[in-house]
Amino acid sequence: MEKKIRVLIAKPGLDGHDRGAKVIARALRDAGMEVIYTGLRQTAEMIAEAALQEDVDVVGLSILSGAHMTLVPKVLDLLNANGQDNVLVLVGGIIPEADIPLLKEKGVFEVFGPGAFTTEVVNTIQQALAQPA
Amino acid sequence: MQPQELIYKALAGDRLALTRLLSLFENQTDDLAEIMEQIHPHTGKAHRIGITGAPGTGKSTLTTCLTSAFRKQDKTVAILAIDPSSPFSGGALLGDRIRMRELAGDSGVFIRSMATRGHTGGIASAAYQAIALFDAVGFDIVLIETVGAGQGEVEIASMAHTTIVVEAPGLGDEIQANKAGILEIADIFVINKADLPGAIQTENALRSVFDVNHNTVHKHLRDIDISEPKDESSSHEVQWHCQILKTVARTCEGIDNLVTAIHEHASHLIKTDRWYAKVALQYDRQFESHLSKALFASWKASLTPEDLDNLNKQLNCRIHAPEFLAEKVLNGVSISQKK
Ligand SMILES: Nc1nc2c(ncn2[C@@H]2O[C@H](COP(=O)(O)OP(=O)(O)O)[C@@H](O)[C@H]2O)c(=O)[nH]1
Ligand SMILES: [Mg+2]
Repeated sequence: MEKKIRVLIAKPGLDGHDRGAKVIARALRDAGMEVIYTGLRQTAEMIAEAALQEDVDVVGLSILSGAHMTLVPKVLDLLNANGQDNVLVLVGGIIPEADIPLLKEKGVFEVFGPGAFTTEVVNTIQQALAQPA
Repeated sequence: MQPQELIYKALAGDRLALTRLLSLFENQTDDLAEIMEQIHPHTGKAHRIGITGAPGTGKSTLTTCLTSAFRKQDKTVAILAIDPSSPFSGGALLGDRIRMRELAGDSGVFIRSMATRGHTGGIASAAYQAIALFDAVGFDIVLIETVGAGQGEVEIASMAHTTIVVEAPGLGDEIQANKAGILEIADIFVINKADLPGAIQTENALRSVFDVNHNTVHKHLRDIDISEPKDESSSHEVQWHCQILKTVARTCEGIDNLVTAIHEHASHLIKTDRWYAKVALQYDRQFESHLSKALFASWKASLTPEDLDNLNKQLNCRIHAPEFLAEKVLNGVSISQKK
């Protein structure tokens, strides 16, 4: 068996550009992961559906719109409802400091600010998914 | 979940089980033979449609239009969207879903992106198993979007009942398909982006290329068609004539004609008794590829670590040509022997 890490990168919300999401997507590909990119304006339902059909290990949500406190828990709930409770959920974008512990409490594995290095994201995924020897 | 439970649930319509089985195929599970043996009896019903053509011609957009059209006819659709893996990192960027946004939320549609993982020919190595599974769990239509790297895309023709080759104007003077030699595999030719200038020229170029090559196409088909009826009187009806159609996938114009052509091709295959023969070639290939892989693996497993070490040394230190070493193994001479 040869397993590859599969990652869904989604850009929920109505805000316009997805440069950050694309940079992350490329960095993950260059680290040997298979990245499914879904494009702009994804709803929580679309994200969870794509995560199921693609059987991903990781869902990365790029959020700039400030809707994270409603959207992220909704994605988490839908993933759980679909039986994908083991999926690693990462959030990137502009998230107020005070909200980070709240998101983590709900099940988000890590939150990355706009200044985060792509290598941080890569390392976080690789370490979290490393099989214990 | 164990494979047994996954199969049982997937056949009953469980999507989590379906998606997990697809991953097992991609990861080349040790249980592959057992799983396929149980899926096999359930296959044979779905219309398998391959969509190939150079990147950017609009394959994903067209796939979306086609899916919507089939959904209006109450047919369920599975989409396998294949993209290349990076030869350097082994990773992949799978972006076909971007164009398929409007299919979200429809429980009659299932979209799976798949990376080639080093397999050449425009198809992922697990594509065959994935298509079979989609068929087995009851999707009426399986749409396969190939990589479209422009060469060696012919493998799709042996996996699909109907192969659609997509062209678009403005990709150069020459018809891409002719260059790549995939003319012969097309059951239906689509000139997409017919809204752009140059569509007429592309169509004319295509029609002339196609006329010139018509004899070649016939010959090729005869080579692979095992079950072509011998009846001379009806032989003119046996030959499928490749259709050339124009579409604007961005607005789904011309899709009705395409759907009609697809149905005509399916009826033609059934009428001429070639529905099963069309994809039967794939059984030979799967059999051969699995047997050769397994034989190689079992031979390798029979070697002692010293033997293996010795073999690697003889290969890497240029002591013998690889062809010579392979022949030596075949002739039963142990590779640990010096001479
Ligand atoms: N003008 C025009 N553009 C189209 C048409 N169909 C697709 N496109 C565009 O062509 C680009 C590539 O489409 P895509 O479906 O991703 O092509 P693929 O790489 O073959 O899957 C996208 O920007 C589409 O919006 C069409 O009929 N007309
Ligand atoms: Mg595409």
